[in-house]
Amino acid sequence: MNILLLAIGAALVNNVILSQFLGLCPFLGVSKSVNTATGMGAAVIFVMTISSFVTSIVYYGILRRFGLEYLNTIVFILVIAALVQFVEMFLKKNVKSLYESLGVYLPLITTNCAVLGIALSNVQSGYGILESTINGCGSAVGFTIAITILAGIRERIEHSPIPEAFKGTPIVLITSGLMAIAFFGFSGLI
Amino acid sequence: MGKCTERLYNGIVKENPTFVQMLGMCPTLAVTSSAINGAGMGLTTTCILVLSNFMISALRKVIPDKVRIPSFIVIIASFVTIIQFLLQAYLPSLNDSLGLYIPLIVVNCIILGRAEAYASKNKVLPSVFDGLGMGLGFTVGLTLIGMFRELLGKGCIFGFQILGDGNRLQNSSGIVKAIGNVFSLYTPITILVLAPGAFFVLAFLIAFINKRNAKKAAEALANGEEIPAVCKPDSCAGCINAACCGKLTAATAAQTVSKPVSVAEKAEMPKPVNAAEKAAASKQVNAAEKAAATKPASAAEKAAAPKPVSAAEKTEAPAPENKAADDKSESGAVNAEKNETVDAEAKAEKTSKADESSEVKADNNEAPAEKAAEDKTIKAADEANKNLDEKTVDKDSDIKLKETMAHIKTKKGKGGKR
Repeated sequence: MNILLLAIGAALVNNVILSQFLGLCPFLGVSKSVNTATGMGAAVIFVMTISSFVTSIVYYGILRRFGLEYLNTIVFILVIAALVQFVEMFLKKNVKSLYESLGVYLPLITTNCAVLGIALSNVQSGYGILESTINGCGSAVGFTIAITILAGIRERIEHSPIPEAFKGTPIVLITSGLMAIAFFGFSGLI
Repeated sequence: MGKCTERLYNGIVKENPTFVQMLGMCPTLAVTSSAINGAGMGLTTTCILVLSNFMISALRKVIPDKVRIPSFIVIIASFVTIIQFLLQAYLPSLNDSLGLYIPLIVVNCIILGRAEAYASKNKVLPSVFDGLGMGLGFTVGLTLIGMFRELLGKGCIFGFQILGDGNRLQNSSGIVKAIGNVFSLYTPITILVLAPGAFFVLAFLIAFINKRNAKKAAEALANGEEIPAVCKPDSCAGCINAACCGKLTAATAAQTVSKPVSVAEKAEMPKPVNAAEKAAASKQVNAAEKAAATKPASAAEKAAAPKPVSAAEKTEAPAPENKAADDKSESGAVNAEKNETVDAEAKAEKTSKADESSEVKADNNEAPAEKAAEDKTIKAADEANKNLDEKTVDKDSDIKLKETMAHIKTKKGKGGKR
């Protein structure tokens, strides 16, 4: 039960974009069409789950054991960067189709606030290894939900008469704000 | 010294990271629920910017090119850890209110972007001032947004309540008290200090800036000057850069065609192709309109205007699907789309019976010279695209931008609807 609550909480209640403001750059940049948005979301789920798992192992196995918790920022970002690199090489060799479809988004995710932010907050909240992984996966699913909804809305509003000054980023930000208000409704869920 | 003050001015005004370049959005929206938080975050980022720019510029000749980005990240992360400890020790309240966002300064686009764009290529002292300028610009942006949200959302400025019930002004006497009584009628708009309010405030701010930029661009065009370069696509990949209104992105996107593209920037590759092609298309349309200024053929022209635009928009739809883009396919796509545009153009010309040349020479020949016109436009389009391919864009993009602006102006004047 706890795990399920954790997953739903991570995806909907504390949505990584609309509540915690992590991962805004790709959210606003890659949400122009539903296909690219779902591709980005899939890549983020992939990377975030694996990196939450690996960073929590590194934290509990190495940093905590030797009393080096203060190095967690540096170690985490290096682990994530290396992980994405390895994942890209592995996919390119073995699962070519997945690499082609995720392709360009994998390097984008490395400098993404979301992955590092979730890894650090896992550690701050004191989650174990399994809980960290579930939290990472749930947060990434929340990211995918939010970015896909925004992409769908953006495809629609392209054909609407938007005032000149609001074309481009401002109308997207207002849409995201309205989505954030909608997601407030989930706060009584858990 | 002149270069250093120029760097300061650049960072605070000309290429302000928050208002112009739109970098570092995550902390901007997250910590600006009050002005003091925004100022604290901005100053922390400034410290880290200055230190990391200094270090990276000092080591720029030593770091090998292949491990450039990871080594930058290690340097920045080390400084962030040091500053985080200093904050925990000496400013615990700021540390508590900024929380998770202090270690997230590592992945702040501004720091990595400035390291990549400036510090790794310039000397130490200008890099330090560049970091200082960008950091102060960021601080100004965050503080302004924080003040705005705090004032309208809580009625406070830096913690002092001014608006709403029970404000400080009511504790004084005389006219100040009267003002306080008037201000106490204000009901704070609470949503502005919550998550959605951040989105709304930033949206309106950028819309305001877009309007100002559009006015500036129109003025410059009216005076025949060069368009002020308000957009510099200088950000790391994944960060958006759309503080300019859509009219200016054509030029800057055309400029990005000439820039060497990193792996991470490939995601934005489809844009420059289409925007450059749009610019080329609208240049031809505008040339048609100039030639026809002496001979009004308004109905046919209106047909000409939407046709290349819709051809461009049709090709825009499949283009985002195109992920494996490199230079070859880029120029190939440009040529393919150029042919489409030329066909649409040829059709439009037959109906308009206006001759045109992209060198903007107004020929007053009619139908018989159609074919010559066609060939001329094909040749000119070839030249224009060749220039793009040869990566010497600046002058051409300026001309294209001027003509795009003029085209839009004339369209507006005719009351043409899109």
